[in-house]
Amino acid sequence: MNKPLELKPSQTRSRLSGMRSKPALAIYAGVLILLLIVANFTLNDYYLRLVNLVGINIILVVSLNLTNGYTGIFSLGHAGFMAVGAYTTALLTYPLARKPLLFPQMPAWLQQIELPFVVAMLIGGVLAVICSFLIGFSVLKLRGHYLAVSTMGFMVIINVLASNLTDFTRGKSGISGLPKVSNIWWVYAIVAITIYFVWRLLHSSYGRAMLAIREDDLAAEAMGVKVVRHKMFAFASGAFFAAIGGSLYGHLITSINPSMFSYSMTFNLVLMLVIGGSGTISGAVLGSILVTLIPELLLNKLERGVELFGVQLPQMYGISQVLMSAALIITIILRPKGLLGK
Amino acid sequence: MVYSADYIIQQLVNGLGLGSVYALIAIGYTLVYGILRLINFAHGDLLMIGSYAAMAFTLNLLLPFPVAILLSIAVTVMIGLVVERAAYRPLRSKPEETTLVTSFAVSILIQNLATMILSPQPRSFQVPSYLSNMVEVGNIDFSVMNIAIIGLSALLLIALTLFIKKTKLGIAMRATAENMNASVLMGVNINSIVRTAFIIGAGLAAVAGVMNAGRYGRIEPMMGFVPGLKAFVAAVIGGIGSLPGAAIGGLILGFGEILFVGFLPPELSAYKDAFVFLALIVVLLIKPTGIFGKAEDRRV
Repeated sequence: MNKPLELKPSQTRSRLSGMRSKPALAIYAGVLILLLIVANFTLNDYYLRLVNLVGINIILVVSLNLTNGYTGIFSLGHAGFMAVGAYTTALLTYPLARKPLLFPQMPAWLQQIELPFVVAMLIGGVLAVICSFLIGFSVLKLRGHYLAVSTMGFMVIINVLASNLTDFTRGKSGISGLPKVSNIWWVYAIVAITIYFVWRLLHSSYGRAMLAIREDDLAAEAMGVKVVRHKMFAFASGAFFAAIGGSLYGHLITSINPSMFSYSMTFNLVLMLVIGGSGTISGAVLGSILVTLIPELLLNKLERGVELFGVQLPQMYGISQVLMSAALIITIILRPKGLLGK
Repeated sequence: MVYSADYIIQQLVNGLGLGSVYALIAIGYTLVYGILRLINFAHGDLLMIGSYAAMAFTLNLLLPFPVAILLSIAVTVMIGLVVERAAYRPLRSKPEETTLVTSFAVSILIQNLATMILSPQPRSFQVPSYLSNMVEVGNIDFSVMNIAIIGLSALLLIALTLFIKKTKLGIAMRATAENMNASVLMGVNINSIVRTAFIIGAGLAAVAGVMNAGRYGRIEPMMGFVPGLKAFVAAVIGGIGSLPGAAIGGLILGFGEILFVGFLPPELSAYKDAFVFLALIVVLLIKPTGIFGKAEDRRV
């Protein structure tokens, strides 16, 4: 009676790639697009902004996953690359009419440039990739803690530059009055591109090499994987999408300043990845959704002081970060791989 | 630009003072890292706890300053031990990235808890008048506080070195840092060793916190994070895991920072934090083990 287990081609594919069949995927995508259309026309500005914020965080966390989740490079520099993207795009898209007023010291050629958003965003991405090469070739030799802290050092360096190169960045007061370009279509089209890119990458030879490096870089090197090249590739692609995410973020909030791209941004991105489950796309997406929405929708009310079961709670400034970091510690202790981690 | 000899000496003493503070903080990092391979990001926030406790004891209970420092050390040590027990012990055998994220989370937790309870507004921190006076030697004014900081740090460093070299507990700590498994087999109680490292680290952090608060005259919930990070850089420069390394690294960083602020053109001094981390990256590239650190073997 031992009939060999037969698998239909579609089932084998789903086992191999971890994705459902194509029609199902198309239906999911269709439903999602429909939901986004409905959201775009029914939600008020505040909620629409939240939906966009979720999308931007998905872009950032899915790309952070490339290094931190798949390749085992624990980078804390994502916010630095975001800043590179956000500032570049902001400077290149800033309306010509107001530019000389806001940046009187800026070189004339830069004062007379106003580029379309996509072009500026791509230039920002390329600049971030260049930065990632500069920093990566020196830092990617390091491992573990050392790598984490040196990438954080990169973030600090970018932050100090952004605070002090006042001719271009207006220092700590930042640049405000950016054109509000980011909308649901921009954001979610790029979300789709990011997820597709990462998913395809994972199922290519590059992706498998990255996973091998994560499991054991010495063993991977012995098997002929070019460790430095693959680490560099993961780091640079992560940087590119971080810059894109940063540009979208800047053009959603419509103002940027150095403190937006600092420790707390770094921490929040890591929080999303670890809570959702690093090393999986679904985990990164879930983490971004939860960690964006829960503080914003539930915990912010606690900070302002809310009436709960007839008891008036006092204002508790900071409670949302307290609860989120406690949640992170508990997640790490109880489910070290995150909610959706394997 | 020409600087007078008096100015140079004054700046050197300032550098020594700042360097001593960094050294005390860096020792906390190095002790814990040596034993657990854990970078305790929350270590910097113990500075803040120490200085707030000292302020509470002097202002609210009107205790004399030295007593307040002793009590604030006790409070900080208690909190350090709670953090170790609650957050780090369950993760002791986990990969280092996991513990790093946890310590980052603990740091944010402590900062925001302090913001919530103590209010985000900075407060002024007053030291007794006998510390805020200046003494004049020759033509040069030295602040008594700076001299007290340097003296106290030197005293603490000597005491700590004796403790690590001579006492049974100190020898057990060194053995554990060398090889944890072998020390367990030799009958060393790891938990008590880790606790000792956290007690010493937190105690020194409390002292450094009060010193830092005294130097700047104000305290706020986020005050510990950046000095903590810099002291970590100091520990890495000296060779993390090594006590003399932490002290030397702290002094290098202290002198470097004063050099930046006191001798270079003012436009550059705003970039000093960037240079601290640039120094870190350069040191890690040239000699990843730092000045006194030992290389670790890697095997597949």
